[in-house]
Amino acid sequence: MLVSLRDVTKTYPGTEAAVLRGVSFALDAGEMLALTGESGSGKSTLLHLIGGLDTADQGVVAIDGIDLTPLDDVGRAALRRGKVGVIFQQFNLIPSLTVAANIAFQARLAGQHDPDRAQALADRLGLTPHLHKYPEQLSGGQQQRVAIARTLAPQPRLVLADEPTGNLDEATADTVFDLMCALVAETGAGLVLVTHSERLAARMPRRLHLRAGALA
Amino acid sequence: MNAKVLVLLALLPVQAMAQGFAGLGNDAGGFAIPQPDTVLQFPADHGAHPDYRIEWWYLTANLTGADGTPYGLQWTLFRSALAASDGQGWDTPQLWMGHAAVTTPTAHFVTERLARGGIGQAGVQAAPFSAWIDDWVMEGPDFNTMRLAASGPDFAYDVGLSATGPLVLHGQQGYSVKSASGQASHYYSQPFFDVAGTLTLPDGPVAVTGTAWLDREWSSQPLAADQTGWDWFSLSFDSGDKLMGFVLRGQPDYTAATWIAADGRTTAYPDGAFAATPLLREDVAGRKVPVQWQVRLADRGVDVTVTALNRAAWMATSVPYWEGPVTMTGSHGGVGYLEMTGYDG
Amino acid sequence: MTRTILSALLSHWWRNPLQLFTLLAGLALGTALWSGVQAINAEARASYDAAAATLGEGSYAQITAQDGGAIAQASYVALRRAGWLVSPVVQGKLGAVRLVGIDPLTAPRGIGAVPVDGSADLAAFLSGAGQIFARADTLERLPPTGAQGVAAPDVAPNTAITDIGLAQRLLNRAGQIDRLIVAPEQPLTRRPLDQVAPGLVQTVPQGGNDVARLTDSFHLNLTAFGLLSFAVGLFIVHGAISLAFEQRRPMVRTLRALGAPLQHLIALMAVELAALALIAGLIGVALGYVVAAALLPDVAATLRGLYGADVSGQLALRSAWWLSGLAIAMGGTAVAAGGALWSLARMPLLASAQPRAWVMARQGPGLVVASLGLLALSGGLALWGQGLLAGFVMLGALLIGGALALPPVLALALRAGQAGARGPVAQWFWADTRQQVPGLSLALMALLLAMAANVGVSTMVSSFRLTFVGFLDQRLASELYVSAADVPTAAAIIAVAERQAAVVLPILSVDRQVAGLPAEIYGARDHATYRDSWRFLREVPQAWDKLARGEGVLLNEQLYRRAGLDLGAMVPVAPGLALPVLGIYGDYGNPVGQVIVTEDVFRAQFPEAAALRFGLRVAPGQVGALREALQQEGVAPTAMIDQAAIKALSLSVFERTFTVTTALNILTLAVAGFAILMSLLTLAAMRLPQLAPVWALGLTRRRLAALDLLRAVVLAALTAALALPLGLGLAWALLAVVNVEAFGWRLPMYTFWLDYLRLGGLALLAAALAALWPAWRLSHTPPARLLGVFRHER
Repeated sequence: MLVSLRDVTKTYPGTEAAVLRGVSFALDAGEMLALTGESGSGKSTLLHLIGGLDTADQGVVAIDGIDLTPLDDVGRAALRRGKVGVIFQQFNLIPSLTVAANIAFQARLAGQHDPDRAQALADRLGLTPHLHKYPEQLSGGQQQRVAIARTLAPQPRLVLADEPTGNLDEATADTVFDLMCALVAETGAGLVLVTHSERLAARMPRRLHLRAGALA
Repeated sequence: MNAKVLVLLALLPVQAMAQGFAGLGNDAGGFAIPQPDTVLQFPADHGAHPDYRIEWWYLTANLTGADGTPYGLQWTLFRSALAASDGQGWDTPQLWMGHAAVTTPTAHFVTERLARGGIGQAGVQAAPFSAWIDDWVMEGPDFNTMRLAASGPDFAYDVGLSATGPLVLHGQQGYSVKSASGQASHYYSQPFFDVAGTLTLPDGPVAVTGTAWLDREWSSQPLAADQTGWDWFSLSFDSGDKLMGFVLRGQPDYTAATWIAADGRTTAYPDGAFAATPLLREDVAGRKVPVQWQVRLADRGVDVTVTALNRAAWMATSVPYWEGPVTMTGSHGGVGYLEMTGYDG
Repeated sequence: MTRTILSALLSHWWRNPLQLFTLLAGLALGTALWSGVQAINAEARASYDAAAATLGEGSYAQITAQDGGAIAQASYVALRRAGWLVSPVVQGKLGAVRLVGIDPLTAPRGIGAVPVDGSADLAAFLSGAGQIFARADTLERLPPTGAQGVAAPDVAPNTAITDIGLAQRLLNRAGQIDRLIVAPEQPLTRRPLDQVAPGLVQTVPQGGNDVARLTDSFHLNLTAFGLLSFAVGLFIVHGAISLAFEQRRPMVRTLRALGAPLQHLIALMAVELAALALIAGLIGVALGYVVAAALLPDVAATLRGLYGADVSGQLALRSAWWLSGLAIAMGGTAVAAGGALWSLARMPLLASAQPRAWVMARQGPGLVVASLGLLALSGGLALWGQGLLAGFVMLGALLIGGALALPPVLALALRAGQAGARGPVAQWFWADTRQQVPGLSLALMALLLAMAANVGVSTMVSSFRLTFVGFLDQRLASELYVSAADVPTAAAIIAVAERQAAVVLPILSVDRQVAGLPAEIYGARDHATYRDSWRFLREVPQAWDKLARGEGVLLNEQLYRRAGLDLGAMVPVAPGLALPVLGIYGDYGNPVGQVIVTEDVFRAQFPEAAALRFGLRVAPGQVGALREALQQEGVAPTAMIDQAAIKALSLSVFERTFTVTTALNILTLAVAGFAILMSLLTLAAMRLPQLAPVWALGLTRRRLAALDLLRAVVLAALTAALALPLGLGLAWALLAVVNVEAFGWRLPMYTFWLDYLRLGGLALLAAALAALWPAWRLSHTPPARLLGVFRHER
């Protein structure tokens, strides 16, 4: 079991209604699923909990059998480095590093940098001509490809993607999405995709729908 | 002088004075050399001999307070010449150093003065006799009746001296050989002073009486090259007889002694007759110093244990040494003074 | 991991070299001025200490002759023989060098204790040709003596030490001694001084040497300027660090999302900053060395002219100041970065990570309260404070309080501008300007401080100058001043002068302690010259008449203030004679007190003081003829000095006194201008999202750029308007508080409006120049970048 959530509840300080209410589900290694829901349904929060970016109030979030709840910042950071990769809607590249350095960055951080794999990913994502550019010199689609390469370079067990194509036009979005899915599959990682796009969700083998903080 | 940085003016007088004690053993450097046929002339020879490198007026006294407490007293004026000449003013090469001390069974007070010759700050005049450095004096109408005074930051004394016996010449009519290779000095003493006066100590003035021994010595090369220091004894026996003996430590040691009968008649003893052996060494001011001795002069049946009154009688002066009153037990009883130099290394 | 994170953190600086430059340059400039000033102070102190050690000043009691003359050598010997542990010193000028003769055998340990390099020995020092110890450069200036020169770097500057015997011979003063150093430990029995040597007096050690105390105020002055410069630098550093941290917030979030632990990040950022601070500190210390080396000769000249203190003109790299420079660079960075690191440490991982320009300087009621509190403290100290330190605290509180008041005052002014604005563009201009204030306020505060300091110090210097020139005209009324070597020459001078129909005004003076303070007593001849030209600060009616009748004395302002001797107070002039104060006169540039009595009183009280100096009044056209006549009588040309030459000399001493302050002033202003440029440049990039909508709504880039330029000028003008009152307050504090405490005189304050106007113009120009480049860049921003704003915004 790659991801296992049991009765996860989350309330943000200062708000009354819980964002997540007793969410439970599991994801097998290499499995891909889409997490859909309206704005404010709690799907991003759920993703953050799985990625160790945030902590649950109640319930258990476990990755590869490791319960995240008792981990401190250092422990969760180690988990993010080693096992989980996150692809953000805003790409979140490091503006002062070149494309090549951005791709290698997370693998370096995890101590698993493999230049050949980084080069292969760059080739697959069509980034080779841009390796020495800086993020601001790239289009949005190119920037997201860099983010995908960065996430996959350390060969994570789990990829979390939060509206990865939300900032891209439709044609670009489809290309990038297909590439991402293919590469995640090749890597053998599990994928949790958060999206509000029915079209994209429909292309995933499994789908969960959140409504008002609970699985529908 | 190998110190790279030298606190010049604080240290140099030490260097110069140390030369008088231990340095320049073989080199008289233009200075007069003691000669065995010299006949000492008094009172002229009570005065200074500027053509010799080093000279001293050295008085030690064994005193007793009204309550029977024993005290020791020292008054010394050293003269050390940078060159064999004299004159007036600052250019005179004659330097003077005074040491004064009072020893009690529990305390030892020391102070030192340095002065230039030629400006009147220090000097010696033969007749009427006067030896002085700053406010310290040993002076009187003649050599038999004198006032002796000195003061330091924590003590002072002012006593009268009156001689009850004759001057005593050591060695060969005052020519005192100091090594097998012939280094020598001119050396005479007045060991028969009666003393009465006042010591001013931190606890107040103390009236004292006792006896004193004045040594006069001048030379230009007092030690042989291999000699590292000396142990010098001036002992006054209860019988009224006195003994001056010294060991010059070297390879081998060199000893000499003068037996002074109560009436002043002297017998000089050559190398080897006098023997002094340390019995007990003590940590004094960070050095191992012998504070108890076995002293023998077989010819006179002397075999005594000499013990320091106060083991801490260390003279922490520019040239440090040990100088203090002693008591005797064994074949003879009595008191005396012990001086030990060359233990400062 | 550490290397990977560091590479990301550092890459920010390589991609934003301007920020890196701002940070390093701001810190380096601040450190440079601070450590430069400290270097000067350290050099001067080392010189004073060397002098004190060489001469035993300050740490030992001294015995001197009551009449200020020489002590007979016989008195020295008499004192020694009476139990006094004293050591003789004779000193005098040998060429330009001060030669000090000591007796090494009696000198207390530490006197003349000079490390020398090698083969010195007592015999060589005391006998034969003798030895002279001095710094190598001093040895070179010595005239031939026949003695062996020994280089000793720790001897006081321009001072040579030798045996007293040789010194007496070289100075031609056989048997004479100037003073006796009293050893701290004395024997139990000693005869009283007045019995042994009447006419000699003992002075107790002052604890710290005289020169150091005398010059303390001067150095405190420099230190205050150094701190001010550093504060200005710190504003820049704070701005640069805050900006860098704000810009790196998204990066920090990304790094954490990618798995970099927060503690690790914070620690690495602290290390990164420490390394940058160290680099900037090293650059700053190096620059400080340059600043100090450039200023030191003037400082040395000032100290010699004003206080008679010898300071080496050569700068040594002393650990005290370069370490303090590094420490203040690191400490300043820590202060500037502490808040940023703290807020980063508390930033939630998922918080919005957009850079927030407005947090660069947080505002609020706290700022107003702090500002008002500091200004109140300053006012309180002005009214009730005592002492030089209080004066400087007052200055500091005034300046910082004024600086903190700037943002609220600007906000008020801009709100008023906005309220009065007609038309949408004008309204947007004022509103947008208000929005820029927080981002610019640190730079504007730096400008405010620099301008205020400039106004304050230039007002003080100019006021001083006006007063001083007037004072010179009063005091140097005689056309020619002549000194005689001895009494017969003096008689000849009088004879010649009277033949030439000149009025002879003898200058009679002795050095005496008055009311426990060092002072000079002058005897003045009753003559119209004095009545006509002298102006009193305060006086009783008919002061000159009463003085002429011997019914009182005149006092200089220093003595009046230090000894508290007001009009009518009795001044002990000589044993058994006390006279009331008739008038108080300004006596600028004189470190000691002065008392003037009439000639008859002087001659009666001090018969031993011969008149050897004269002021000669003669028609200005006849000065040359008089000089020639005197020269024919054997008066050396160097013994004559005319009025114009003295004035020029006095003015040059004066000018040099303030060269340093002026230089520091200009440097501080330059640093502030730099701060504005850097702030504008960095803001320019962040302002794009704010400008893009206005551009989109129809304002051209050129128009926007022009408005930005105008905005910088408006802000600078408002800052200048606030700097003026602040600077005048500073000037008042310097003239009425600091000068009185430091030098003993209070100066009238003059205002120089044209100068202020020019300074204001300079500030506007600086702001406009600083804004020019960012504005030019704005006017040439490709539309695509402006459009990009909309694209990047979600």
